[in-house]
Order: sequence, then structure tokens, then C-alpha cells
Amino acid sequence: MTATEVPAPDDTRTPGGNPLGFGRMLRKEDARFLRGQGRYVDDVVLPGMLHGAVLRSPYAHARLVSIDTSAAEAHPRVKAVITGQTLESLNLAWMPTLSGDVTAVLATDKVRFQGQEVAFVIAEDEYSARDALELIDVEYDPLPAVVDAKHALDPDAPVIRDDLEGRTDNHIYDWEAGDAQACEEAFAKADVVVSEDIIYPRVHPAPMETCGSVAHMDKVTGKLTVWTTTQAPHAHRTVYALVAGLPEHKIQIISPDIGGGFGNKVGIYPGYVLSIVGSIVTGAPVKWMEDRSENLMSTSFARDYHMHGDIAATKEGKILALRVNVLADHGAFNGVAQPTKFPAGFFHIFTGSYDYPAAHCKVTAVYTNKALGGVAYACSFRITEAVYLVERMVDCLAFELKMDPAELRMKNLLRPEQFPYTSPTGWEYDSGDYPRALSEAMRIAGYDDLRREQAERRAAAESDPSVPLMGIGLSFFTEGVGAGPRKHMDILGLGMADGCELRLHPTGKAQLRLSVQTQGQGHETTFAQIVSHVLGIPPEDVEVLHGDTDNTPFGLGTYGSRSTPVSGAAAAVAAQRVKDKARLIAATSLECSVDDLEWEHGRWFVKGDPTKGQTMAEIAMAAHSSLELPEGVEGHLDASVVYNPPNLTYPFGAYICVVDVDRQTGVVKVRRFIAVDDCGPRINPMIVEGQIHGGLADGVGMALMEVIAFDKEGNNLGGSFMDYLLPTSLECPSWELGMTVTPSPHHPIGTKGVGESATVGSPAAVVNAVLDALQIRAADMPFTPAMTWRALQGRPMRPDLAIE
Amino acid sequence: MQVPAPFEYERAASVDEAVALLARHGPEARLVAGGHSLLPMMKLRLARPEMLIDINDLSDLDYIRTEGDEIAIGAMTRHAGVLDSAVLAEHYRIFAEAERVIADPIVRNRGTVGGSLCQADPSEDLSAVFSALRGTAVIRSESGSRNVEMRQFHTGPYETAVGAAEMLVEVRLPIRPNSGSAYEKVERRAGDWSIAAAGAFVQLDGEGRIADLGIGLAAVGADHFTCEEAEDALRGGTPSEEAIARAAAICAEGCQPQADQRGPVDYKRHLVGVLVARALTRSAARARGEAA
Ligand SMILES: Cc1cc2nc3c(=O)[nH]c(=O)nc-3n(C[C@H](O)[C@H](O)[C@H](O)COP(=O)(O)OP(=O)(O)OC[C@H]3O[C@@H](n4cnc5c(N)ncnc54)[C@H](O)[C@@H]3O)c2cc1C
Repeated sequence: MTATEVPAPDDTRTPGGNPLGFGRMLRKEDARFLRGQGRYVDDVVLPGMLHGAVLRSPYAHARLVSIDTSAAEAHPRVKAVITGQTLESLNLAWMPTLSGDVTAVLATDKVRFQGQEVAFVIAEDEYSARDALELIDVEYDPLPAVVDAKHALDPDAPVIRDDLEGRTDNHIYDWEAGDAQACEEAFAKADVVVSEDIIYPRVHPAPMETCGSVAHMDKVTGKLTVWTTTQAPHAHRTVYALVAGLPEHKIQIISPDIGGGFGNKVGIYPGYVLSIVGSIVTGAPVKWMEDRSENLMSTSFARDYHMHGDIAATKEGKILALRVNVLADHGAFNGVAQPTKFPAGFFHIFTGSYDYPAAHCKVTAVYTNKALGGVAYACSFRITEAVYLVERMVDCLAFELKMDPAELRMKNLLRPEQFPYTSPTGWEYDSGDYPRALSEAMRIAGYDDLRREQAERRAAAESDPSVPLMGIGLSFFTEGVGAGPRKHMDILGLGMADGCELRLHPTGKAQLRLSVQTQGQGHETTFAQIVSHVLGIPPEDVEVLHGDTDNTPFGLGTYGSRSTPVSGAAAAVAAQRVKDKARLIAATSLECSVDDLEWEHGRWFVKGDPTKGQTMAEIAMAAHSSLELPEGVEGHLDASVVYNPPNLTYPFGAYICVVDVDRQTGVVKVRRFIAVDDCGPRINPMIVEGQIHGGLADGVGMALMEVIAFDKEGNNLGGSFMDYLLPTSLECPSWELGMTVTPSPHHPIGTKGVGESATVGSPAAVVNAVLDALQIRAADMPFTPAMTWRALQGRPMRPDLAIE
Repeated sequence: MQVPAPFEYERAASVDEAVALLARHGPEARLVAGGHSLLPMMKLRLARPEMLIDINDLSDLDYIRTEGDEIAIGAMTRHAGVLDSAVLAEHYRIFAEAERVIADPIVRNRGTVGGSLCQADPSEDLSAVFSALRGTAVIRSESGSRNVEMRQFHTGPYETAVGAAEMLVEVRLPIRPNSGSAYEKVERRAGDWSIAAAGAFVQLDGEGRIADLGIGLAAVGADHFTCEEAEDALRGGTPSEEAIARAAAICAEGCQPQADQRGPVDYKRHLVGVLVARALTRSAARARGEAA
């Protein structure tokens, strides 16, 4: 299906001034956020609550010789000090990761990255807890650290995971996808082959709110309640039950307002577990909130892919094959969060948006003395790395062929009639019209004029070094979001289907219970709009409940842009079921046959007699009344759904970035950014644009400044916001957005995810623009002034190591 | 939450009281002005004063005014006040150009001139500005007041001429007719500290020759935030492109930048050359009354 119609806008306004169904409306949640009345984990204060603080390793790799906690325990306001030894006695010193490995809750034998958790102090206030950390005396025996992933497999590299029986090296796995043989043949036939090494360095999601939890084990009822910063409350509940052996029905996870997640709040961190253990040990609620440095140094990083790509093409620029070898730096424990069968996430979607038959990738993952993590930061399970790889390789090819990168892309993009399209690595793209999106981006950009201006500038710059160099960069991305079909996709054995419950109260007001959890995406608004769209009741009449496992159905949570594709579909199906049931009830009330009823927004009425009908509110009242209902129709008006997505949805987009580079200083200024996104119909265009704005800023950040590098000793060089730079409005141009609309044929309302599209698609556009300005084929981001200048000098630097 | 180690706190109502408190509490006491350097260091527990003496009530030290042929700037003048000052805009445009790129409005609303200079961070932009302009620091203690030339003020990284029981109360600058000044900074991102920064003033005589000049350098390990050898090379000559390039090269060679995540040494030296040349060129143009 290549349906490309934009749904006709419905101009109906609700009493609250909102659109009925889809359209721009202010976010419901902003009423409290703008008043400072959000309630975040750190706002939770319970009677008798204690405060925890974590002692962390200053070393990247060291043997733990001894820990003396006596002085800390003697602090008058300290209630308990927990060490790895304490946890060992509870069999809790280690916990499973989401990738079949284990990770230390508190170190017992060695510390394996700087910032690793070594001890936990529980005190009456957070000041005393931090003061007491300094009273703990730890003796370390420092070991050489494995810092450069490229040397992790050297024969003489120190073995990081000697805790694992029989381990003699730092190798985690080799994994491949695609057809190596077909690639081989295509490369043999090719006129042109271009190879390049490309690093996507380690970055961090860096949400505004750091991670934390308040755990309360009620000794009397045996109930454990945890207020925590999680993007996946239900998954956390199940994991706590499995790991700690706590009865799952006695665990309540509450994820209140969350100040940004971006993947950082998917995993379970030692601090969460320690607050629970702390509450069990002390009998009081225990709050743990990490500080900024702790967040940057110890929680889930993203990327860290060292890639080698080869692209083959004809001399006319028809791509024949792409292959890539990846060295994946997973840190000290394999703690990547992704569907079980996909150890490299969805990286093998790297063939991108182009039509060619042969592709192959091989991924080798290694341990290093760095924090664990891996799939995080709005990356759609490594599609960010995949898109970066293919979009850089296409530009490298254009460079070699001396062909305009837009022309080269146009020549190779998949055609609308090829959908549904099965990629050479096995993905089934649902729908798309790629050339249309690229043409639209080029139209908005005024592409030909930009190239003309660039030629003039280049001529002028020849005689005057102070004339800035102008660069124009493109990227085209295909995302795959909405994990996923439970047959293929699970996390820790839990299939990735989402539950959803919709209930209409007697007066026609609705409550929608979701398994996904918003971290700022505006679910309380858009999900109400989905119900409004199907049921014709105003979005202000739909209350969205989420984030509390006692009040919501099971589901795997919000990440990988999956909320709308999976839970959004669940909500639409639930609303449709309510609508169908309402029809039965209306037929009874109106004493007509079901087939005689017709629907218009919010109302079933008798065909040919529009005055004879019932609104949803009237039907809801009837459903709860003494009205005698036909056989098989239960009273009340509700529905409950578990939605198992048949496939991912595949949003896509075409991005163009224009930069100016000061050759003398290396300073890059992003002048313009044009983003044409296609995520299917837009439920709330304002929220979609907000998601895209955020992602574009992410892209500028990663391309120009964000990186976590390590020095030779394994010291983290990005451990504060003075070191880990996030872009500000001053680095971001006024975004120029465009759109095309290609519905997903398999989603009940045609929508695709969009939360990560811009983060996935934009870094390559910025990098391609910088390199276009410098007229250099390749160099690694981030293009800080120094990196840019050194690239221009022909002496590029590695972004992942300390600058010397 | 990052929390500092325990400390005591007092508020001074006057300069006399502030220096008396300093004298009473000894070397473990510290003044706190805007707190934008001191408090982050305390939260990271890199600084652990036992006593904080808050001088934010000393609004009588918040001024920028001309006194005869000098400009006087009070130590409690906030960055934002420097940025907006009409007096400085008239005489030294270097200030607004530097302030625009110091931190962000939130920091500038609180951070002070005195705190910036006394922090003596090797990357502090105002240190480079005052060094370029060869200001004079006025320092008070219980026993009275003394003056220290700005170029003698900083005695090393995080070290100044201000003693444990003293405080900086004012900085004075000569007004220089027929002069122009400018500031150039390259940072990785708005609000970041400099990778390198250079400030300058150029004063011309009737023949268009350089009667006097000053160069200030931040973040690159320049002695006293300046490079006198480059100044000497230019003084008395015309500010030609070649002469400026020569001076810029002397600065690039003379400074001692350190490699860090902001950049390697070769790049920083190169940058010093570019920025010094740009600052001098614009200063000279401004001294000639040209738009620049
Ligand atoms: C996010 C951020 C970004 C920044 N970026 C930049 C930048 O780009 N460029 C730049 O130059 N600066 C930058 N700064 C530093 C900022 O300029 C200084 O923090 C601030 O101006 C110092 O002044 P303060 O009043 O806050 O000093 P405080 O923190 O109050 O004090 C600093 C030190 O000076 C001492 N002190 C203060 N006043 C006096 C006095 N009158 N006499 C004697 N001793 C005194 C204190 O005891 C303390 O030791 C940044 C700061 C932050 C937080």
C-alpha cells in the first residue's frame, strides 16, 4: 500500500476548544508542569524516609582489597552501610542484565569502571549520607584498564570479567546478518568500491532528571512500593520479582512524572536495588537520587560503535552492495537493552532507504573498563548507528564519484511501488514514498540555489581565508519502530505486546489505562486524542492513566518510539471495541436493528433519521442503566486489549543541513536545518513537531559536541555538564519542518512512531554538511572546533580517547 | 544531589565587617560573592571552607563610574552590570564583547567582577580583559587599603595577591583617548569556558602609530594573562597586517596551553594566533574610528 492522502482535517471543536480527534491542541500535562506542580520521584517525601548515597570507584579497574565502614557507621545520623559483602549474604551482589550477562549491584571482587558502585550509605538526611561516604575506607589494588576498544581483544589485554567462569578474554559475541557471499560477488563486479572507518562515539542520553527511586517495604502488609524513574514500570516489577524473589502481586512500581528518559531509564540500576534493600534492612522508606555526575558516569551510555564500511557501486552511481564490520564497545558488563534475539539491536537495518540487493554486517562486541549500557538515547535499538553508517557511506561514494549527494540518493532511493519492501537483511518496510520526501526537502531548502551560493563562496574563499566555508549535508533515514511482534521480539522472555483498558463512566467520561509511560512525550494528550478520534468524545473527557503498575495493564514500556505504534494501536482497538459495543446498546435503546445504525462523530443514529440517535454519553448511561440488553451483551461500556503488533512501522524522512565553517578557528555554525518527516497521520502535529525539534537538537549535539571520551587510565572525561556538552538554543537554527504523510497499512489508525526519528536521522546530515564544507571525505564527529581544525589539517583526532 | 561538606555561614554588612570576619576566622574562611565558582567547587568537595562570609549585601561595591581620567569598577558589580554598562560601552567595548560570551545569563546575573578575578581560574575571561587593559586592583584589609597592578595580581592558577584577611574592593582603569578594544573567544558551545580567548586594546597617536596597546590571553597558560613581548614588538609601529601577524605569532609561541578535551596544544597555539590578530585588527580599526 502506498496510500499517501493526508486525512481531511476535521474542523469540529470541542467545548474545551480542542480538536475532536487529531489536530493541534495544548498538552494536558503542561497545566501542571508550567505551574511547577509536576510530581517527580525526588518530590516524593514519605514519613520517616531515609536517604541513600552511593560510594563509587575512583578507578576504572582495580581489585578490591578491603572496605572499612566502621567510621561511617559511627556517624550519628547514619542508619546502615551496605557493601558487596552484605549483598552477597542475600545473594544480591549480582543481578542479571537484559542481555544474558550479570552486573554487579555492589562490587565484591573488583571494580570494572570508574564510577562503579562500591557501597551504599543510608542516613537520616542526604547531607549526612554524603558526608559518611567520605568516612568509608576502601583499599584498591589498581589494575591496567582496557580503554581503547580496538585493543580489547589483544592477547595481552587484561581480562575484565574474571568473575565469569573460564573467561580468558574480553570477547562478548560475534553476530552477523545478511549475505556475505552475495556481497562478495557484488563487490567483485563493482566499478567503484569505497571503504571508510567511521566511529560513532559514546554519548549519553543525559535526561534533565537524573535517575532515582524511593522504596518502601511495608513490613506489615509485605507490600513493596517503589517510586522510580522508569520508562518501563511493568518490566521493572517483573524483574524485581524474578531477581529478588519478591511476590509480584506485592510489588507496586510507580513511575510518576519523568523528566526525560531517551533510553536512559529503561534499565535497572544498582541504586534502585539498593534503595529496596535499604528499605528492607532499615524498615523505613529509602530515597536514592543520583547527582549529575553519577548519571553521566554510571548509567546507560549509547552508541560506541567502531564501524568499517565498504560500499560498491557502478560508475553511474547505482549502489550494488554495502557491508560493514562493527567493533561494539559494551563496557564492563553486557547491559544492552534490546529484544533478546537482536544482540546488536536493529543495526542490520543499515541498508537504509536504498534499493540494492546485497548487504552484510558482522558485529563483534567487547568488554572494556567503561560503564555498561549500549542501547539508549533515542536510537531505536541502534538504528541511529545504522543510519549514520549508510548515510556516511553514501556521501563517501558521492565524494569519490564527484556526484551531487542528492542526485546519488535520488538515483538509489526505493520507489513507492516497491512497498511493502523486504530488505536484503530481512526487514519488511511497510510503506513509503521516499523520492517525494527528498524532493520536498530540496524544495524547502532551495537546494539548487544553495549549491550555487556554495560555489560562489568557494571561489571567494580561495583568495580570502577568513571567508567561511559553506557546507550542505543530506541524510535520508528509514526507521523501524514499534517493537514488536511477540513471535520475534521479547525482553527477558517477555513478549513485546501491550495491554490497554478503556472504560466509559456512566456520564460518558472515559479513563484510558496504558502500560506505556510518558517521559515528556505528551501521552496524556495524544492518547486522549486517539480515543477521541475513534469515539468522537472530546479529548478533555478522556483521562489517561499510566505509570502505576497497580492501576494499569501489563506492557513493556516506552522506548524505541514504540508508544504510538504499539500502545497507540491498543488504544485505538480498545476504542473501536467500545464503539462496536455502543452500537449494540444503542440499537437496543433505539429499538432498531444494529445494521440500521450509522455513525457520525460521537453518535450512533438511525439511517435516514439523524434526529433519532444516541451520543456516546447517552449510550454510556444506558449501558449502566436497567435497560435490558440482548443476549451476550454485558452491561457497562469498556474494553480491554492486548495488542500484538504484526510488524514494526517504518517512519522515514529527508534532512538537509547547511553549515558555515570558519576555516581559521574550526568553528562550525549550523545555519539552516530542513527536516521533512513522514510518520503517517499526525495525531497532534504540535507534539510531533516538538519531538522532531528535540531530536534535531540531539543530532546537532552529537555531531558537534557530545562525546564521552576516556583517558588511558579509564577516567571518564565527560562526567559533568561542563564536560559533556549539550547543545543550547544558540547552537540550533530555527528548524524548518516539512512533512509528507504515508500511513502504515497495518496500524489501526495508520500512525507510525516519531519519537526518535530526528535523533536517528539528523547526525549524518550535520556531519555530511561539515565534511562537504571542508571538502574532506571522512572524519569523525563530534566536530568541536579542535576536531574540525585538525580534520582540515589532514590530521584528524580520535573522538573516543583523551586529546593529547 | 551534590552537597558540600559542612560549613559555617555569616553575612557581612560592610567591607569593614567582611575583613574583620576574615581576620577573625583565619585562612579557612572564604568570602562568597556570586557563588558561581565557589559553590560548584564546594558541591564537588574540591573546596571545603569551614566558614563562608557572604558579601552579597555590600551593594555599595556594585558600581561602574568615571572618576577623573579613570574608570572605577566595584568588586560586587555583576557580570550583567558590566555587560550593560554605558560607561564601559563608551570607553572599552572589550567588556561587552567578553561578557556576552561569559557563561550564560543566569551566571552573569550573580557572578561578580571580584569573584571572577579572585577565583583566578586560568580560563577566566575578565582576568584576560583586565590584564590587557592594565588595570589596578584595590585591596582592603583591617589595616587599610593597597593597590596592586592587575599584571601582578594573579600569582598562579587559583592564586592571587589578595591575602587571607584581605578583600578586593575595586578595579581601576585609565581612560585612553583614541583607543579601541575588542575581545575574541572560541568555545565549544555557548556558555562553555574558552578553548582560547584574546583581548586587546590599541591606542593610536596622531600619526596612526601605536602609542600604547595591551594584549590579554585566557585559557592558554599565558603568564599574567598577557604577552608583553608581543606588545613590545608592536608598540610605536603602525598596526599593519604584517606587524599584527608578527605579534600574534609571538603570542602563539609564548603561551603554554595544555592539551585537554577542548583541544590539543598545536590547535590552541594556532587559535591564539588567529584570535590575537583578529582582536588587534578590530581594536586598531576602532581606534581609527572605523566600524569594526
Ligand atoms: C556554568 C558556568 C559557566 C562559566 N563560564 C565562564 C566563562 O565562560 N568565562 C569566565 O570567565 N567565567 C565563567 N564562569 C565563571 C564565572 O565567571 C564566575 O563563576 C563568577 O563570575 C565568579 O564570581 P562569583 O561572584 O560568582 O565568585 P564566587 O564564586 O562567589 O567566588 C569565587 C572566589 O573568589 C573569592 N572572592 C569573591 N569575591 C571576592 C572579593 N571581593 N575579594 C576577595 N575574594 C573574593 C571567593 O572567596 C572565592 O574564592 C562560569 C561559571 C559557571 C557556573
